[in-house]
Amino acid sequence: MISKDSKVMLEVKNLRAKVGGVEILKGVDLTVNAGEVHAIMGINGSGKSTFSKVLAGHPDYHVTGGTASFAGKDLFALEPEERARAGLFLAFQYPVEIPGVSNSALLRLAYNTLQTERGLEELDPLEFEDLVHEKIKVVEMDPSFLGRSVNEGFSGGEKKRNEILQMAVLEPKLAILDETDSGLDIDALRIVANGVNSLLTPDNAVVMVTHYQRLLNYIVPDYVHVMDGGRIVRTGGKELAQELEARGYDWLRAAA
Amino acid sequence: MSTKEQCFEQLLLGKVVRSNGWLDDIRVDALARAQALKFPSDRDDDWRFTDLSALFQHSFQPVDSFARLTLTDIEKYLIPGAIRLVFVDGCYAAELSDLSQAGAGVTVTSLVDCFVPDRLGDQMVETNFGRYAPYQQDAFVALNTNFFEDGAWVHVAREVTTPVHLLHVATKRESASAIYPRSMVVMEPASRATLVEDYIGLDDGIYFTNAVTEVVLKDGAHLQHVRVQRECTSAFHIGHCSVDAGRDSVYASTSLAFGARVSRHTLHVTQRGEGAEMHLDGLALVAGRQIADTHTLVDHAVPRGKSIQLHKCIADGSAHAVFSGKIIVHVGATGSDSAQSSRNLLLSDKARIDTQPQLEIFNDDVSCKHGATIGQIDADALFFLKSRGLTEERARNLLTHAFAAEIIVKIPVPSLVESLGKTILERMNGERK
Repeated sequence: MISKDSKVMLEVKNLRAKVGGVEILKGVDLTVNAGEVHAIMGINGSGKSTFSKVLAGHPDYHVTGGTASFAGKDLFALEPEERARAGLFLAFQYPVEIPGVSNSALLRLAYNTLQTERGLEELDPLEFEDLVHEKIKVVEMDPSFLGRSVNEGFSGGEKKRNEILQMAVLEPKLAILDETDSGLDIDALRIVANGVNSLLTPDNAVVMVTHYQRLLNYIVPDYVHVMDGGRIVRTGGKELAQELEARGYDWLRAAA
Repeated sequence: MSTKEQCFEQLLLGKVVRSNGWLDDIRVDALARAQALKFPSDRDDDWRFTDLSALFQHSFQPVDSFARLTLTDIEKYLIPGAIRLVFVDGCYAAELSDLSQAGAGVTVTSLVDCFVPDRLGDQMVETNFGRYAPYQQDAFVALNTNFFEDGAWVHVAREVTTPVHLLHVATKRESASAIYPRSMVVMEPASRATLVEDYIGLDDGIYFTNAVTEVVLKDGAHLQHVRVQRECTSAFHIGHCSVDAGRDSVYASTSLAFGARVSRHTLHVTQRGEGAEMHLDGLALVAGRQIADTHTLVDHAVPRGKSIQLHKCIADGSAHAVFSGKIIVHVGATGSDSAQSSRNLLLSDKARIDTQPQLEIFNDDVSCKHGATIGQIDADALFFLKSRGLTEERARNLLTHAFAAEIIVKIPVPSLVESLGKTILERMNGERK
């Protein structure tokens, strides 16, 4: 929801970044305020996934220019774990499997790390179990997934739901959803979208990175940005996504 | 500082306990073999990856007096409800042991007690002792056979649900000492038991544990054998276990090496009866300047034998882990089914892991698979955990622990699984301090 007096959450200016020596981001500007939902769309290779990984601090991506401030801090001066503790969350496009680490153990470890950062008490396993059983309803997941190794043997949809479960437990200020809709059937998409919607508040924000307009029927964005060639080339409201769905991306590329 | 020869000569000066006729004959024979064999050289194929020079620098003295310990000293290593034999620096400590759970069908006692003629089990011990561990070919086994002070005698006649815990405790002494734990296990037909052999060091002492275990599985016997080596990181540990597996017996082994400056464990399983089944799991976790070597040999000597093996090494710092797993399918051992997997994790640029799967097959009608991998901490998993707020160190520890957990969680003693989880964390954190 757009509100005039909301705080600036993320401000990216003229961001340039390389991966493997190749410049992918060539001057990205983006401002996200608390309470807003943004969608970043674009064809494969436009730089939208790179943008989300750069914000989260993936070690393979190198910032070569520009600035980003997040909740008043210089984002690029922070390690990935410090960004997480400051309230940044990335839902992965391809969630990793971690055999031997149970889902509930990871969630509790991550949750307690953030509690400590916020100056709050850690939860013991029993207290945490109560919390996580509430949160798991958000993504309509069977509690048996908590005892299993992280993402091991999960279907594509279950992995994406697991990412949103982590988001529900960690309650980030800014969640970046990197192609969270890819590989989801219509039921899973609805569940994931409902989960995200239920977590939205006037104090947090969401940036969805997606190829398709489909997700935006369920999570309605305040802004839609189109990325092409490592830049944001067009920004509009939710109707821009519908236009893209109808006309494709070519007309924008020609215009840019 | 001593040389290799001086170190060996000093060991030969150890204290010899003479007991009765038949055992003295074996001991004399073993001593002669030790003198002839001497320490292995680095040209010896079985030892070429393993640098023993740190061991040779010390002059190990026989243990002449025994440390008095209380249960509090070893509290964190105890397994609640187990039948427990405790040895302190190689000597049986009755006051720390607990045999109250040993009922009908299981005998657990000090080995020396069985050497007294007409004592319970003396005939069985005489029939089996020294018949399986190869003191004729292995100098360390020969030294143990001559110099062992006492040991454990475990005899299982039926299904026993209470685990048997053999706890070997080393204490810090004024001079470096040589300790010779010895165990003899006989499983009667169709019996079943869980055995935990546990080697621990209480303070950071320099000592040399040279341990030998013999296991006899009669037809249809089933043994879960857990071996834990968590000596002090300044200690030395050379262990040998020989297993003789009868018809349709099951031997499930989990062998863990966490401690010692230099350690070597040799496990030799002979499938003597048809249809015997082996499950061999192993884990070596080393850091700093540690060296851990695991050698296993499975002899498929008769038809229809099965062996499934998973060995993992984790090396941090400038540590070195060695795994050699040999599987021999002899002529006539038709229908043998064998699978071996060696998986390894290197945590630093200076660490080293050598893995050597070896299959020797003298047969057509067999199924043998093996594979080996060496890798580092998965970068994607590491980034994922950091993106959830975990520090680099916490994330690496979690992933390392998870890699080790696959072996640990199979141990059928929950309190031990928990205590080993803590041991792993202590070892990993100790390295980074």
